[in-house]
Amino acid sequence: MSIITLQLGQCGNQIGGELFTTFIKDAHAKPSNVQVSANRNEQYTEEVISKFFTTESQSDKFDVPQARAVLVDMEPKVIAQICTEAKRTGKWMYPEKQQFSQKRGSGNNWAHGFCVHGPRVKEKVMNMIQQEAEKCDNLGGFLSLTSLAGGTGSGVGAYVTQCLRDEFPNSFILNQVVWPYHTGEVIVQNYNAILTLSHLYQSADAVLVMENDHLHRICTQLLNIKKIGFKDINNVICHKLASFLLPAVTQKYTDHRRSNAFGEVLEHLVSHPDYKLLTIKNIPQMSDTSKQFCTYQWHGLLKHLRQMLIADASMEEGIDWQVHLGDGSGIKHNQSLANALFLRGKDLDGIDVSSFSDPKLYPSWILPNTGVAVYKQPRIFNDYEKSAALVTNSRSPIGSLNHMIGKAWNMFSSRAYVYQYEKHGLTEEDFLDSFVTLEQVVANYNTL
Amino acid sequence: MTQSIVVQVGQCGNQIGCQFWDLALREHAAVNKNGVYDEPISSFFRNVDSRYNDPVDIPVGTGKGKIKSLKARAILVDMEEGVVSEMMKGPLREVFDFKQLITDVSGSGNNWAVGHKMYGVQYHDQLSEVVRRSAEFCDCLQCFFILHSMGGGTGSGLGTYVLNLLEEEYPDVYRFVTAVYPSAEDDVITSPYNSVLAMRELTERADCILPVENQALVDIVNKISEAIPSLKTGKRTYNTVSGDIKANTAITGSDGGLVKPKDEKPFDSMNNIVANLLLNMTSSARFEGSLNVDLNEITMNLVPFPRLHYLVSSQSPLYATADVNLLPRQLDQMFSDAFSKDHQLMKTDPKHSLYLACALMVRGDVEISDVRRNIERLKGSLRFIHWNQEGWKTGLCSVPPVGQPHSLLTLANNTCVQYSFIDLRDRFLKLYKRKAHIHHYTHITGMEAEDFSMSLESLNSIIQEYADLEKQMNNPSPPEPRLQVLT
Repeated sequence: MSIITLQLGQCGNQIGGELFTTFIKDAHAKPSNVQVSANRNEQYTEEVISKFFTTESQSDKFDVPQARAVLVDMEPKVIAQICTEAKRTGKWMYPEKQQFSQKRGSGNNWAHGFCVHGPRVKEKVMNMIQQEAEKCDNLGGFLSLTSLAGGTGSGVGAYVTQCLRDEFPNSFILNQVVWPYHTGEVIVQNYNAILTLSHLYQSADAVLVMENDHLHRICTQLLNIKKIGFKDINNVICHKLASFLLPAVTQKYTDHRRSNAFGEVLEHLVSHPDYKLLTIKNIPQMSDTSKQFCTYQWHGLLKHLRQMLIADASMEEGIDWQVHLGDGSGIKHNQSLANALFLRGKDLDGIDVSSFSDPKLYPSWILPNTGVAVYKQPRIFNDYEKSAALVTNSRSPIGSLNHMIGKAWNMFSSRAYVYQYEKHGLTEEDFLDSFVTLEQVVANYNTL
Repeated sequence: MTQSIVVQVGQCGNQIGCQFWDLALREHAAVNKNGVYDEPISSFFRNVDSRYNDPVDIPVGTGKGKIKSLKARAILVDMEEGVVSEMMKGPLREVFDFKQLITDVSGSGNNWAVGHKMYGVQYHDQLSEVVRRSAEFCDCLQCFFILHSMGGGTGSGLGTYVLNLLEEEYPDVYRFVTAVYPSAEDDVITSPYNSVLAMRELTERADCILPVENQALVDIVNKISEAIPSLKTGKRTYNTVSGDIKANTAITGSDGGLVKPKDEKPFDSMNNIVANLLLNMTSSARFEGSLNVDLNEITMNLVPFPRLHYLVSSQSPLYATADVNLLPRQLDQMFSDAFSKDHQLMKTDPKHSLYLACALMVRGDVEISDVRRNIERLKGSLRFIHWNQEGWKTGLCSVPPVGQPHSLLTLANNTCVQYSFIDLRDRFLKLYKRKAHIHHYTHITGMEAEDFSMSLESLNSIIQEYADLEKQMNNPSPPEPRLQVLT
C-alpha cells in the first residue's frame, strides 16, 4: 500500500524533503539498533520503501529509491534546493519531472493562489499526480503538506485538494497543515488560514494540525536546542509524521494482524464529517544525546500520554495533573472523538491500554471500547527504546482556531487588506462563508 | 526567478543608481565566485555577447553558463547631459547600453511642469520604446524600481510621468519608488511645489513608496564617521570605544566596488545607504533562505489600504564589529538599533505613533528563534493598531551582505509619516498663499492652476487618512461581534 505525498509551497516542500530523509534513515537503520530479527527487519524495510518510494529505476543512472512525491511551488528556489539536498544524501532522490514551479510567487495572497495560480497549474499538476498514481500497485491515499500562512501552500493547496477530490473521489486525502506562530510570520496569516481551512474541510478527509508555537516549545524545553531554526522545527514535524505513518500492526476487528492501512486509520479517526481536525502527541521527546541514558516503562509513558490528552498538553513537560475525567466540577477535560495509539519499541506484550478506552473520554454516542485503535511495532523507532504516538481527534486545536478566527474577524471588521484579495476575484461573501464554516466547526467541537 | 528593471530619473536618481549598480556587482561578485550567469544575477543583469553591434542576449538556461558581459537592466533618464555622461565615461560604462539612455540638453529648471508636462509629452514615445525593449529582455518581469528626487524638476516631473506610463502599459508589474524628499533647508526654493505635485502621482500610481530624507542620511553618515576614521589607513580593524570595528564594512562604503576611493564624490556615502536599502529589500527574492519574502509579499503584507503605501525604512548594523564573542548580544543589538530613530532613512518618530504593519528582512546566519525573541522583546515599546496587534512579517535570507555576518532591514507602515507630510504641506502653503513662482508653472502648456489645488487636496486627504488611523491609538473602535452559530 502506497502513499503519494504532495508538497506545496515553501513550508510543504521543506518538510517533505526532511520527511523522506527520515523514512530512509529509519529504513536503513542498523539491525543491531532496532532489536528485531533480521527477517522481520527486512520485511519492515521493504514495507517502508514500497509505501513511500518507487524502486523501479526509470533509467540506468539512478538506482536509489525515488520518492512518491509531487512538488509544487510558485517560485523555483526551494524546490531546486531540496532536490539537490536529496541527491546529495546519495540514498534517495526525487523522480525527474515530477516538480512543478513557476517564476512568480503567490505573494502571500490566498486569492492569488486559489483563483489565479490554481486553475493555471491544474492540468500539469494533476498529470503529475496521475503519473505517480500509476506507479503504485496499491494506492492507499494522499498526504498533502502545506502551511496555512502563505499564499501558495494555502491557496494553491486548497485548490489542488479540491481537484484531487474530484479526480479521485474514493481515495483518502490527509492534509497536514502547519499553523503559524501566534506572534506572526505573515501579517495576513489569519485570513489565509481561515480561507484554507474552510475549503479543506469540504474536500479533505482529515486535517492534521501542527502548531509552530508548540513545536518551538518542544525544541526549547525538551530538545534543548539553543538557536532554533526551521530545520529543527521540521525535524519535530517529521518525527511526529513518521511515528504515525511508518508500518505498525493492529489486531482490531479481527484476530488477524494487519498493517496500519492509511485509509483504515483515517476511517477510525474521522467517523463523522463534521469533525475532521487531528493532532499528534508524542512521548518521549528528547535530544539525541539523552536518548541512550533514559529508560522508561510503558506504564509511565502511557500514563503521561493519557494526561497529555486529557489536559490538552502538547508535550510531556508542564502537564496539568489537576484535570480529571468526569468530575463535573473542576476543569473541563479535553473530550476526544477517537484516538489511535502507535506503540513502537521493546516489551510490547501485555501492555495495558485500557485507560484510553475509558468511556468518560468520549461522547456518549460512541460505542464502548471502540474509541481507541492500538497499533504496535516492535522495531525501535528513531533510537527511542520505547516511544508512543497518539493521533487524536479532539478539542486540542480548537483554542488556537478560535483565537485565530477572532483575530481574522477583527481585521475583517476594518476591511484591512481585503482589497488585495478582491483584486484576484474573492468577494466579501467568500470571506463570510469561510467565517461561518469555521464558527460551526468550533461550535461542534465545543459541544462534544 | 523574476527580473526587475531600475528606472533612474534626474540627477539624484542617476547618482543613486550609479552607486546601486556598483554595489550590486560587488554583492554578486562576492557570492558568485565562479563567474556563472545564474538566476540571482539575472534578476538585475543581462548576459550579453558583445561581439555584435546589437549585443545578443544570452538566457540563463541551466544556470551554469559563464558570464560573457553583463548589462544592467536599467533605464537612465535625464534632461541634462552632465550626470549621465559622467557615468558613461566612468568605470561602469560597460554595464550600460547606450540604447537605454534618454537625455536632453537643457534640463528642467527645477520646474515640475517642465519635467512632467513638457518633456513627458515630448519623450513619451521614446520612453515607451526603451521600456518595452528592456521588458522584452525579461523572462518574467515582476517589478520596476524608480529612483528620483522630489525637489527638482526632472526627477519629480519626468519621474512621475514615467510612473504614469508604466502604470498604463504594464499594470501588472509592481512599481516601487524610492523618492528622496527635500530637507527643510533645501537650496531649491520651489522644492515644496515640486514635491507636492509629484506626491499626488505617487499616491495614486505607485504600489509602494520608500521615502528617504537627506537629513537622515547625513546623520547616519556622520554617525559612521565618528566610529570609523575616514582616512583609509589600511588597518583591518579599528579599535574604538564600542569595540573593534572591521574596516570596509560600513553601509556607506563602496570598497571593493568599481569606483576607486579617490574618485568618490560627495554624495556617494549617502547614496550608498539607499543602494544598500534596495539590495537588502530584494535579497530574499534573489537568494535562498529558510523563509523567503518576494517583492509581491511586501506590498501584500505592508499595505492594508490602497493609498497608504508609504514605508519608513531602517537598516542596521551600520558597520560590522570584529569581536565574534559578542555575537548573540550583537544580534539583539542589531534589532534594537533598527528600531531607534538614528538608523531610519526618514526623520520621524514611529515609536510615538501607530504601526499599521512592520516587516523584518533579515540576512545572514540568523534563525527564526532569534527573530521571535527580539519581536517579543521589542513589542512592548511599539504601538500596533488594534486589528493588527501581531502585524509582523518576517523574511530570512541566508546570504549576508558583503562584509557583514548579518543585517536587518525594517520596513514599517506607520502613521508618523503624516508629520513629514504636514511639514511639507506647510512649506508649500507658505509659497502658495502668495502664489509665488506659480507663473513659471502655469506658463507651460498642459499645466493648470487646478493641478496645484488638486495636489494639495490629495496631500490633505492622505494626511487625514493617516491621522484617522492614528486616532485609534488611544480609543480603538470596538470590533463587530462574532458570528453566532445555532447549535
